[in-house]
Amino acid sequence: MSTELLMRQETWNITYTHALGETASWFYVQLRDHAKLYGKRDAKSGRVLIPPRSFSDQTLEPTTDWVEVGPGGVIETFSIVYEEFNGLPPPPYAFGYVKLDGADTAIGGYFKGVDLSDPKAASAKLKIGTRVTTKFAEKRAGDVLDFWFESDAG
Amino acid sequence: MSARVGIIGIGQSNFQARRNDASYPDLVREAVTVALGDAKLDFDGIEAVVYSLSPDAMVGIGNAERIGVDAVGARNKRFLRINTGGATGISSVAAAYYHVAAGACDVVLTAGADKVGECGDSQTVLNKIWDPTYERQLPLGTINMLAMSAVRYMDKYGMTEEDMARVVVKNRMQASKNPHAHLKKPTTVEEVFKSRYISWPIKLFDCCPQSSGGCAMVLASERYIKERNLDAVWITGVGHCSETYYIGDRMGTGYTADHADAYALRGSFVRAFKMAGITKPRDQVDVAELYAPFSNTEFHSIEAAGLAELGQSPAMLREGQFQLGGKIPVNPSGGVLCTNAIAVTAMVRVAEIALQVWDRAGGHQVAGAKRGIASGNGGDHQFFGTMVVEA
Repeated sequence: MSTELLMRQETWNITYTHALGETASWFYVQLRDHAKLYGKRDAKSGRVLIPPRSFSDQTLEPTTDWVEVGPGGVIETFSIVYEEFNGLPPPPYAFGYVKLDGADTAIGGYFKGVDLSDPKAASAKLKIGTRVTTKFAEKRAGDVLDFWFESDAG
Repeated sequence: MSARVGIIGIGQSNFQARRNDASYPDLVREAVTVALGDAKLDFDGIEAVVYSLSPDAMVGIGNAERIGVDAVGARNKRFLRINTGGATGISSVAAAYYHVAAGACDVVLTAGADKVGECGDSQTVLNKIWDPTYERQLPLGTINMLAMSAVRYMDKYGMTEEDMARVVVKNRMQASKNPHAHLKKPTTVEEVFKSRYISWPIKLFDCCPQSSGGCAMVLASERYIKERNLDAVWITGVGHCSETYYIGDRMGTGYTADHADAYALRGSFVRAFKMAGITKPRDQVDVAELYAPFSNTEFHSIEAAGLAELGQSPAMLREGQFQLGGKIPVNPSGGVLCTNAIAVTAMVRVAEIALQVWDRAGGHQVAGAKRGIASGNGGDHQFFGTMVVEA
């Protein structure tokens, strides 16, 4: 059977209004109003979790006190994206995870101030173990994009 | 031990980028028809159907099992849809297995299909698997999530980009012998290095394709198989294990699972091996189909399967131990790296291992294979299914 094969283009575009809940709301208010990052302590293990959550996914106990973390930290992993994806920023960009001083887990964020034109050279500058400092935007919306990381080595 | 569960029928599409001749249900039906023919059964012989369907947005039909229900002939039958992301296919085979092992049914069909090539950009869909509270605003996707695993694996064990390229060369060569594979053109380390960076250190050739096609399998009870004197291979081990959500918890201080490795996949294999009585996988496994959509992830999967010590698999791959003709061929079909129709990718792993121990794999047959293992990974490296299949 030979027939003309037809296509149809469809788009999903749905708007959600997500409630962030008490824990994330408190975290983002501190970030927005005071340019500070806090983790939440799991009293059972003593570990400070960031992003903060209301319970520990390891001990399964509720988290208790807030602990200020950073602004210094160390790179735990990264990637440098060179491909363009729909709905994501124009490449290249570098992002990854940083263990902030005082925290036990790592939080995601962009790495800025690194020349990404040569992948090999750029990846060496973002090597695991590199010390970084958190930088905060002048105007903050209460979002993870309010902060990013820059290497202490420049 | 309770009565065994056998595989009596297998159907796979010849996977490709697009199938403009087939709608989504047509593609499911195509695989079902082949599997039923292989089992010499018609729809009346099927008691229950497990429907293999990962995120709806990939096919662009909300709850696409609604339209797929007819393609699998499930009217008046038990029906379940399974979704564990990339692990969906092996979870579906497990759910079919449980129907039979529980004594609820004698003959169960599991089937599904995907048309990833019709999705304008699968990473747009996959970015949406991250939570909108803390991580969605970051440009996370499955490629950079696993690129960040590669970076940690390199730092921990010394893997190089050349080691990654060797996985691509091995799997493409093997896929060239498999008529069902999507990417069948052999390549070289030089060609892999010439392909552009997608998400450092992952280059285009280190990535799986976006495939369209279906897969179906028929499972039956040992009693049913023996009474009819049917030809079958046997599922002797089934494992599942899951991991917590946050990637950032797999690093830092005091963590249990390192994002470099596949810690919960190891846990899943331990369960499947215990059930199958495997104590020394290096000596007792003949062939493996391990879910690895990016070249680097084949290494930590080999190690999680106990086929190499942590960090040792790149050197062993270099020696040829995991290629066709080597000690334990890994992904003789070409694997996920050469074919990825997400909803059924992990089912294809089980189907391919079944074909191997059945001595029906054709051009990519591992000579004398009697016991094989399969795995599937889903979520942000969170949901792991494993199986042991024996002749």
